[in-house]
Amino acid sequence: MANALTITDLQKTYRNGFRALKGVSLNVQEGDFFALLGPNGAGKSTTIGIVSSLITKTAGHVEIFGHDIDRDFSSAKRQIGLVPQEFNFNVFEPVEEILVNQAGYFGIERKTGFARAEKYLKQLGLWGKRRAQARELSGGMKRRLMIARALVHQPRLLILDEPTAGVDIEIRRSMWRFLRELNESGTTIILTTHYLEEAESLCRNIAIIDEGRLLESNSMKNLLSQLHMETFVLDLKQPLQDETPLLYDCVRVIDPTTLEADISRDRSINFLFEALSRSGIEVLSMRNKSNRLEQLFMSIVDESGEDGGAA
Amino acid sequence: MTAGEMLIGFKTIVIKEVLRFGRIWLQTVVPPVITISLYFVIFGSLIGSQISDMDGFKYIDYIVPGLIMMAVITNSYANVVSSFYGSKFHHHIEEMLVSPLPNYLIVTGFMVGGIARGLLVGTAVTVVASLFTDLHFYNVPVIITIVILTSTLFALAGLINAVFAKSFDDISIVPTFVLTPLTYLGGVFYTINMLPEFWQKVSLINPVLYMVNGFRYGFLGVSDISILWSYTIIIGFIVALYSYAIYLLRTGYGIRR
Repeated sequence: MANALTITDLQKTYRNGFRALKGVSLNVQEGDFFALLGPNGAGKSTTIGIVSSLITKTAGHVEIFGHDIDRDFSSAKRQIGLVPQEFNFNVFEPVEEILVNQAGYFGIERKTGFARAEKYLKQLGLWGKRRAQARELSGGMKRRLMIARALVHQPRLLILDEPTAGVDIEIRRSMWRFLRELNESGTTIILTTHYLEEAESLCRNIAIIDEGRLLESNSMKNLLSQLHMETFVLDLKQPLQDETPLLYDCVRVIDPTTLEADISRDRSINFLFEALSRSGIEVLSMRNKSNRLEQLFMSIVDESGEDGGAA
Repeated sequence: MTAGEMLIGFKTIVIKEVLRFGRIWLQTVVPPVITISLYFVIFGSLIGSQISDMDGFKYIDYIVPGLIMMAVITNSYANVVSSFYGSKFHHHIEEMLVSPLPNYLIVTGFMVGGIARGLLVGTAVTVVASLFTDLHFYNVPVIITIVILTSTLFALAGLINAVFAKSFDDISIVPTFVLTPLTYLGGVFYTINMLPEFWQKVSLINPVLYMVNGFRYGFLGVSDISILWSYTIIIGFIVALYSYAIYLLRTGYGIRR
């Protein structure tokens, strides 16, 4: 399958001397749902800014569906829809007009622009607000407006920079559904997010960058398989008695009705339940202590920090 | 982009710009008309009636072209400087920057928006002027070309100011400290023949003088400057400012990080 995005040795040094990117190379395949993760200041937004030509690069190459952003900028830009982190629309303009204008900048007739605006505003639950000024929208609506605007020229690659920041869980889940459907219909999606549960739930492939360097680029499945240990929280039906034997070192008592168990990923979890049953302990429910991707992300970033410190 | 797509992109910017100042017409169109009307009342009717003829015309007739031009200059400049800086400040300039629109179309789109407001206000002021005196139209093609070229020049100047501006203060500094003095000293209210020879020569380095006099020639057929010089200076400035504006957008100065 062709690459939707090819980044080669991308470097960015800002005027104040700060090196935001120190040679990032990355491929995103057509049709992928790709997560670009990293702590604050890692270089995610700089990468996205360069790809969407809002930031000028210092060195390196970027190709979008084979179109070089320097040599063939018109064809390259046509392929991208950008949902930036910060709201960047004219708050005094009516919602529908924002979309129609954006379509116009891509050379789409106003009539077609209105038809597409209707389609995406309806899909994103904003049709009722089409005549409202953008400043009248709630935070969640503004985020959805930016998604609709990014789609109005029907790009093949949609880049979302923390699209669900500050959005309540209900709207976040409806946005996930929408993005999944969009991806299934063929649009390649690149997502940055601080909600790692979001990345794990939506994305098939993932890259982690920190301090301007690519630390990891892999499929979500491969990456998660690197986790050696998972910690589960067990809620008990009855409080533990002092004399209740726990049998295994991997089990800790958090409070009389809560246990934590560290389980190696290459071992079946059945042994734990058998042991607890033998001790007369009934488990009501079980959950991961933290998101698996979060655990992995922290270990990769921490490791990189330690290496960097040693260097 | 094909030529047709570029035309759509260009039209989109122009429509957006016209709707922008149209939506806030009470702030953009009415105030300059009121201000210039006051000039007509005070300098034209009240004080002007006490002043002798200038270049063979009543004083109010003599200042009409300059006052119209003053409104055109300030409004075409103000439209682009505020619109472009506003879109930079609120980041919605990024809507255009992520699109395949070439830089020259972005510059031209904003420029035409400025011209549109300049011409609208200029027309409104001309209508008001006709209430105070009988207007002369000596050479209509000169009137039209000079007013369009002048508004083009100042729309471009406004865009360049907006690119460099880092705060809202920066977009009012040039109009206050440069544009207004140049306009007032550009022969709106007097002929430079009234000045001592030294100041006549100094006046010649003021580009507004060429626009006001070119415009006055179109209305009255009199001018302190040759009409050919007026066109040469205005077109020369337009070429220089247009090229510079495109250079600034290409380098991303002030708008791309």
